[in-house]
Amino acid sequence: MIDHFVIPLVKILVVLNATLVAVTYMVLLERKVIAWAQSRLGPMRVGPYGILQPVADAIKLMIKEDITPVRADKWVFTAAPIISMVPALIVYAVIPFGPEVTIFGRKVALYITDVNVGLLYIVSVASVGVYGIILGGYASNSKFPLLASLRASAQLISYEVAVTLTLVSVILMAGSLSMVSIVRAQESSHLWYAFVQPLAFGIFIIGGLAETNRAPFDLPEAEQELTGGFHTEYSGMRFALFFLAEYANMIVVSSVATTLFLGGWLRPFPNVAMLGFLDFIPAWIWFLVKSFVFLYVFIWIRATLPRYRYDQLMRLGWKVLIPLAIANLVVTGIVKVLLL
Amino acid sequence: METPAVHHGAMFDTSELVINMGPQHPSTHGVLRVVLRLDGEKVVDADVVIGYLHRGIEKLSENRNWTQIILLTDRMDYVAAATNNVGYCETVEKLMSIEVPRRARYIRTIMCELQRIASHCLWIGTHAMDIGAMTVFLYAFRERELILDLFEEMCGARLTYNSMRIGGLPLDLPPGWDKKVLQFCSIMDTKIDEYEELLTHNRIWLERTKGIGVISGADAVALGLSGPPLRGSGVPRDVRKDEPYAAYEEMQFDVPIGTAGDTYDRYLVRLEEFRQSLRIIRQATDGLPEGPIVGKVPRLIKPPAGETYHAIESPKGELGYFIVSDGKSTNPYRFRVRPPSFCNLQGLRPLIKGHLIADVVALIGSLDVVLGEVDR
Amino acid sequence: MAEDPKTPEPPAGPAAPAGPKAPGAEAAAAKPPAAKAAAPPAGPPDPPPPADMAVPSFIKTLEAAVPGSVAQVSYYLGDWTVIVPVTHLLEAARHLCDAADAGFDFCSDVTAIDWPPRAEGRFDVVYCLYSTRHRHRVRLKVKVGDVQPVPSVTGIWLAADWLEREVYDMFGVNVTGHPDRRRILMPDDWQGFPQRKDYPLEGPGELLMENPLDWLRLRQAREQADIE
Repeated sequence: MIDHFVIPLVKILVVLNATLVAVTYMVLLERKVIAWAQSRLGPMRVGPYGILQPVADAIKLMIKEDITPVRADKWVFTAAPIISMVPALIVYAVIPFGPEVTIFGRKVALYITDVNVGLLYIVSVASVGVYGIILGGYASNSKFPLLASLRASAQLISYEVAVTLTLVSVILMAGSLSMVSIVRAQESSHLWYAFVQPLAFGIFIIGGLAETNRAPFDLPEAEQELTGGFHTEYSGMRFALFFLAEYANMIVVSSVATTLFLGGWLRPFPNVAMLGFLDFIPAWIWFLVKSFVFLYVFIWIRATLPRYRYDQLMRLGWKVLIPLAIANLVVTGIVKVLLL
Repeated sequence: METPAVHHGAMFDTSELVINMGPQHPSTHGVLRVVLRLDGEKVVDADVVIGYLHRGIEKLSENRNWTQIILLTDRMDYVAAATNNVGYCETVEKLMSIEVPRRARYIRTIMCELQRIASHCLWIGTHAMDIGAMTVFLYAFRERELILDLFEEMCGARLTYNSMRIGGLPLDLPPGWDKKVLQFCSIMDTKIDEYEELLTHNRIWLERTKGIGVISGADAVALGLSGPPLRGSGVPRDVRKDEPYAAYEEMQFDVPIGTAGDTYDRYLVRLEEFRQSLRIIRQATDGLPEGPIVGKVPRLIKPPAGETYHAIESPKGELGYFIVSDGKSTNPYRFRVRPPSFCNLQGLRPLIKGHLIADVVALIGSLDVVLGEVDR
Repeated sequence: MAEDPKTPEPPAGPAAPAGPKAPGAEAAAAKPPAAKAAAPPAGPPDPPPPADMAVPSFIKTLEAAVPGSVAQVSYYLGDWTVIVPVTHLLEAARHLCDAADAGFDFCSDVTAIDWPPRAEGRFDVVYCLYSTRHRHRVRLKVKVGDVQPVPSVTGIWLAADWLEREVYDMFGVNVTGHPDRRRILMPDDWQGFPQRKDYPLEGPGELLMENPLDWLRLRQAREQADIE
């Protein structure tokens, strides 16, 4: 009873809260890191070193006036940000933060569940998030958000193909779709998949940037675009949800990249006994550190690179990344067959 | 060139979409309105509407005396205000045949070149930010702050200097200013390398700027472009070399010329102009002569009747002043500015045809327009 | 500084320190005198070149190629000005652009000056030209009246497009043959030509409203009428 009901509930609560807090603090992290890259300080006023800035932002967004355009489709208008946000959160159900540990005499697995089609679940749920963008643009009943949302969704769909193909390469290597098995496979093969599949790793990172509408692929939502993006008509809490959904997606991409390519919760060189002294650091800390590295790199890229034009972006996705991902898949398959 | 139909009633044409890049837009560098006619994402035609910042400086000048107009000239190209001052003062000096002492000419050269660097800093910051590289904006403004600090020491103002007088300068340099200028030059050298590192060989930057807004040399001359847009197309025209003014005859510098005439070449031209400006500043500061800073100017400035045209090389292009004096009044009879940004902005319409919407901002940035100058 | 000019106006006695002055009789009939009771100037001095200065070759070839085009040659402070009658403007401009020794391919500026009391046409339309090949300058001037048509030179120099639009907008010079003759700096439906000498600096008085709301209402009414 406790094992089947209470413990998963507790895990869900912990993960959900941690994710929501992390997402709000991602906003602050981004502002700070970009500021430091630009030789300035970022938010410093609210709280020491600006630590309470997300609280101020959250309060501001919550008390803002709730504007709905007159001829907008009310229910869809309200539902769109939710449809955007929810898939980003429920992906966490299958992401493993650590192996089984013993807490108060009970064996507790540091993941909410381990579905044996975990990767498939992640990909399908993340695709649902695209709906939120399309519906957001459609429900605004204004030509600019509609066009922008169609462009954004076209971009997302194109890069999903490339990303999914790289995931298939990883699946071939690990022999399983389950997230936990992939980490265990990396453990047993003594090598993180980032070194075995560098091309897939690169494509996944680039595709991940494009999936989450991050620079350099953020033309559909840049202010320099004529259209204000699909969230033009949104304000207040609904806008906040879109915004947070984007950061939540970023954290999802980082977590998935960590699990698939950087060995998840494994410490560096898990099979080398000499580095056994590193075992005192809990596995989930390793997971968080690696995810954090990805997040930092994403923000760093945003501060540095100019953005691609839309047609160049689509060309990159279709003409460069997808053929590369297919080639990678073929080579992986051949190597697997020959080595077995 | 036909007039694009801008009907207030026709919302959706069958295949073309009319989009208004309104006067308030984060990347039009001022109040500029571009009405784009699009076929999908391609720009079929662009109608550039200006006049939102028209303050009537030319007509106002007819009611101000010759020294008061220096204040007004500041506000035209407010990014490089001292250049406007220098151009105006030189035109009136030409009209009155006043000889400006050597020290004043050297200091004017230093200020013009500092302004060139400041203006190009703003240009590179906003251009890069429009294309997405937002960090360059902050870096460029950090350097611009150094220049503005130098100017604040010298003139007392950061943006609109009123720093020239007819016949020379109002005040001499504060002590130690030239050392600070040399210090700034050495800092700036490393910073230019920073900008280059971030942008020049960046794959995304190349893709966004190569081949955008290509114009040939002959077309550029016919269109009246001047400054880096003209030099980027391979035409070796620089007023500092062709018709030297201030102390430019005594300076050694090169004028960078582009080849392809696209946005990337204009970017490279301006980047090299940074370095050449530093070279000129170093030469002028090292060789700064002693002497008076104002020539022989009558108490009441009343140029004899006549008209003249004098051009200088502002950071944006050829800044010309056409001044008519009627010989008896203390105001000019006609004060006309030939704004480089106005003539460069004309080129936007022919250059943008066939490109995508996202290139419009890149092109406006590469033409480097300042609306204060366009509208006066 | 100025010698006695060969302007067509009958020069009366000079009334002020330097330069030629408008005849007193004309001044009384023209605009009200300024604060110092000085007469408004009747035209630019346009001094001729001094005797020892050779007229540049391109002016000579211009006279030869387009007879009657050079009404007057003036030289002042290093700049040459050619005064051309309006009828010969296009040909003279075309010659100056194409001829080998002239080669004026760069139109620096097109502007106008308003001399209200002048009999033969109040506007001076000035074309400042520069040659990138020979690196010399020349100014071309035409004298036109209030509504006298001036052919557009955009066919010769595309640069003149917006410059002529501004001349039309600010002075009301009747530029014909322009591909897109609209107001450029003022709003499209503005009445009056701001830089004429008889246009007040403060703007047209009757449109100054007490309250910005009145102005807004007026504009809304106009837009409604437009839509209907």
